[in-house]
Amino acid sequence: MPDTPAGVVRTRGAALALGLLCLAVALLLVAFFSITVGARPITLETVWTALTAFDPDSTDHRIIWDLRLPRTAIGLAVGAALGLSGAVLQGATRNPLADPSILGIHSGAAVFVVLGVAVFGITQLSAYVWLAFIGAGVAMLVVYAVASLGREGATPIKLALAGAAMTAAMQSVTNAILLTSPRTLDEIRFWQVGSLVGRDMEIFIQVAPFLAVGIVLALATGRMLDGLSMGEDVARSLGQNVGRSRAIAGLAAVILAGGATAAAGPIAFVGLTVPHVARAMTGPNYRWILPYSMLLAPILLLGADVIGRVIAPPGEVQVGIVTAFLGAPFFIALVRRRKLASL
Amino acid sequence: MTALDATGTVRHIRHRLATRRRTVTLALLVLLALTFAAALYLGDYYVPPGEVLRSLLSPITGLTDRGVDFIVLNVRLPRATLAVLTGISFALSGIIFQTLLRNPLASPDIIGISHGASASAVFCIIILGFSGILVSLGALVGAIVTALVIYALSWRGGVTAYRVVLIGIGMAAMMASVMSYLFTRARLFEVQKALGWLVGSLNASNSGDIIGLAIALALLLPVTVLLVRTLDAMQLGDDTATALGARVEAVRLGLMLVAVAYAAFATAAVGPVTFVAFVAGPIARNLLSGAGKGFVQAALVGALVMLGSDLVAQHALPAVQLPVGVVTGIFGAGFLLWLLVVSNRAGKVN
Repeated sequence: MPDTPAGVVRTRGAALALGLLCLAVALLLVAFFSITVGARPITLETVWTALTAFDPDSTDHRIIWDLRLPRTAIGLAVGAALGLSGAVLQGATRNPLADPSILGIHSGAAVFVVLGVAVFGITQLSAYVWLAFIGAGVAMLVVYAVASLGREGATPIKLALAGAAMTAAMQSVTNAILLTSPRTLDEIRFWQVGSLVGRDMEIFIQVAPFLAVGIVLALATGRMLDGLSMGEDVARSLGQNVGRSRAIAGLAAVILAGGATAAAGPIAFVGLTVPHVARAMTGPNYRWILPYSMLLAPILLLGADVIGRVIAPPGEVQVGIVTAFLGAPFFIALVRRRKLASL
Repeated sequence: MTALDATGTVRHIRHRLATRRRTVTLALLVLLALTFAAALYLGDYYVPPGEVLRSLLSPITGLTDRGVDFIVLNVRLPRATLAVLTGISFALSGIIFQTLLRNPLASPDIIGISHGASASAVFCIIILGFSGILVSLGALVGAIVTALVIYALSWRGGVTAYRVVLIGIGMAAMMASVMSYLFTRARLFEVQKALGWLVGSLNASNSGDIIGLAIALALLLPVTVLLVRTLDAMQLGDDTATALGARVEAVRLGLMLVAVAYAAFATAAVGPVTFVAFVAGPIARNLLSGAGKGFVQAALVGALVMLGSDLVAQHALPAVQLPVGVVTGIFGAGFLLWLLVVSNRAGKVN
């Protein structure tokens, strides 16, 4: 905005920063609920003593430490990772439909997990983590390699098409195995929904370093994505190395989405839609879209997880189902109400 | 450059593009014909090529051989025909959506139409205990209702492509979560049955499906041709098109309905066979590399992917008959990836 007075820009920046602060508070609130709300009613007082003076003989204390805390930590980390990876991928490919599942990351993770179960009889969640992570990495590497070949390098459109093609191919392999192996189908249908249940701190500690690196890397791509969003030629004329920007963004996205999928299964919808919600709040500037996505996504994910715990007693509804089922109507309403900034 | 030179150059380029279009179309036709012949000839029961031809002509010539005729006319021919018809339907559905929404990822299997059909069918199988034709009807209704809901929700004094795409993915996510939920709450054998339908297959190809689909195509194709001619005006972008008034909105709605109908009828006949709708358009455009919109070529590619995948599914592994939907993903993906690697241009979809 060339003729905007600096003051206006400053107040806009201040407003966006304030919004970010509000989201951070909301996130803390959701995390608080995630620790205090569950199928088993535990008083706030007990939660407090569990956190300050842990007593290993108390069932309530054990529930807080062994179930709810890991679940909250994983929800926070996975949510932030999904939101950021979706935003980065949409920015790098300039396609509103880009997200971890369409670029082959989810299906790569799934096909490795399914192969692990069907061929090697693996059934521990901790082994799933590594299978999923390697699968996601392999898928994204192949997608990127294919898209980079040819004359123009990894253009957004080639990335999108290569990703969709890989997704379809791996989905086919997964389906072929599931059709021929009922045991695997029985094992996988619960993993495939995506859930934060049954993951202990061990799994969080395994994926946390990856996610930390990914988050730092993703947040650093804001300026690059802003350049790319003006179109490749403009970005080049401003002295940006377009190919390198895309490679860095892709790497960040795959580390984040791979780690998230490893920890919680292939949770769809969050990475795809949260960046659009962030964009509706901030406008087209990625230096704001990225942090907003990073806070909005865990709010959605943890909020959905808490709701899933109490919505259908005595059982729980998996978080992947709740995010889509409650998130989608909200998202649709938002899309209808706002004039959206296109990509 | 003088004006005369310029006209010459333009004419030369036009001529080259027309030649390319003809070459691609002819090559696809020949490939399709060969694959179709292979579909009639290949199988566990060996029928010599001459016998296949005699059997095909038997209604005219009267030279019959009951055993051979049953295999060729009642088993292989209907299956191959259904593969071609559904391939054409999926492909046209996909390329219409991709063109209208100006996004190569915006095919019915991504923006919720297929999800609507699938969720509805899975509901019919798991909750209502339906099978056969009732599931097909459920899928048909699911696809159409989902499409109408997406369109209605996207309407705000007009419909922009971007909004349809976003609302479509919201709907797709909801439908997918309904399916996942049903999968975790059902018994394993019901899940297997539902998965079998979701993958899609030509095993249950019967004359009813073929006649139904043939009638649908006979009605839809001329309408499509008429509507596509007005697409050119829309290719200028939403804002320019809006200036042309409400007629454009009507044409767009008409095309959307046609695209939904293609997807819905094909899905009802064989299940939501993955990736055919998605892949046909990009492949056709890559082959043409700028020499046309690619609707005809996409339809041929769709038929080829479907028929070729079914041949691979039936005969690639000894003693294992895979459903066609397991192969379309691999086959179509391989085709597209290979094209992306060898082609000089990105397969632009606008």
